[in-house]
Amino acid sequence: MPLISAVNLTCIREERLLFDELSLEIYPGDIIQIEGPNGSGKTSLLRILSGLSQPYDGHILYKNEKISSCREEFHQNLLYFGHLSGVKDEMTAEENLDFNLALHGNKNEESLTYLAKINLAGFEESLASHLSAGQHRRIALARLYHNNAPIWILDEPFTAIDKQGVSGLEQLFSAHAQRGGCVILTTHQDLISIKPEQVKKITLDYDYL
Amino acid sequence: MTLKAQSTQETENLTATIDNSMIGDTAQSSQQLSYRHAFMLVLKRDLTIAMRHKDDIINPLLFFVIVVTLFPLGIGPEAQTLSRIAPGIIWVAALLATLLSLDRLFKSDHLDGSLEQMLLSPHPIFILVLAKIFAHWLITGLPLILIAPLLAVLLHLNEQSYTALLLTLLLGTPVLSLLGAVGVALTVGIKKGGVLLSLLVLPLYIPVLIFATSAIDTAALGLPYSGQLAIIAALFFGSLTLAPFAVGAALKVSTN
Repeated sequence: MPLISAVNLTCIREERLLFDELSLEIYPGDIIQIEGPNGSGKTSLLRILSGLSQPYDGHILYKNEKISSCREEFHQNLLYFGHLSGVKDEMTAEENLDFNLALHGNKNEESLTYLAKINLAGFEESLASHLSAGQHRRIALARLYHNNAPIWILDEPFTAIDKQGVSGLEQLFSAHAQRGGCVILTTHQDLISIKPEQVKKITLDYDYL
Repeated sequence: MTLKAQSTQETENLTATIDNSMIGDTAQSSQQLSYRHAFMLVLKRDLTIAMRHKDDIINPLLFFVIVVTLFPLGIGPEAQTLSRIAPGIIWVAALLATLLSLDRLFKSDHLDGSLEQMLLSPHPIFILVLAKIFAHWLITGLPLILIAPLLAVLLHLNEQSYTALLLTLLLGTPVLSLLGAVGVALTVGIKKGGVLLSLLVLPLYIPVLIFATSAIDTAALGLPYSGQLAIIAALFFGSLTLAPFAVGAALKVSTN
């Protein structure tokens, strides 16, 4: 049974057709990389898959059930990481992570361990506004280490992350896929640590006409 | 060398995570999704942010005090005139001070992406929204109520009217926060939605203004004002039950 599937999606933005009758099925263990030039609708597709945006036509199914009819279950099993990290400047790294985990109904006894794993050890008590852009994103990404949501939808997760961090994240993705989760991500970089045969690619074309 | 050591440590950590967690046991490892828990979570967060970003508390309060204190300077210190217009001044100032603070309710959350995360939370949206509105009232409404009696003295408000003033503020300011939240939720996606927000929200505030000032005036004459209070209470309960759902729906549209 596919974890998440899209049926006949059509997306129109600013009177421009981004994609039409797009159907896809994502199974446990899949790593899907969505490629395409800027403005080709990668973010729109991810937002539609996560239920944040409504498609012009078509619908999204979670385990063969419409996501609007199983909102709570779908959201419990979904981890969405967007362009905006959702980290509050006024709170410390640890408070941010604790809140983000609790908001999604997770226990958060180990936030210090997660922060250490994402290389933020020693910054737990620092206000997010005092941290760099990369560290900011890392606070939000630390949630990935508390992985009980099988569906990961990640929009440009490597932005502002250093090389070492990127390879750490890539290993985390393949481990997640091996455990029966699925990862849907957009990135302009090639995934280095993940074997090419493990990654399925969706390429969105940009029609200049 | 150090680099290498770090990366091996990282891999070790990684294998550890893989060992002790398996996917699919969401029900077991996630907390019970209780309404109270979600409410307290968001309330605590918003109050923490407000305490570290004191502008949010001070700005509307300062605006309220400045507007009210300017009136005696402009109109003159005659006690009779001032006490006649005092209820109106205090309430109009409270209304504008709330309007000034509304923007912060969802704007910053929208800009840094935490609003998206809230919409994707398994908790029902209305409970999260209700917590945010309650936090907004604690930050802006409550300080206004606390300082209003002091300003009433400045305006020579009739002695019999103090209870009415406090009661109308206590029932009326939550209505301002609740109705205002609907307007903010509708305009949060617009870059410069300030003017539109005022146009949307101010007409909805007028019933509160009319009945509140009427209650205070009636109290000054020594007559019962329970009728006006009942209407404000009805507005309060009506908006308390309906506004969170409207806000939730509006936020979904705004972030679409």
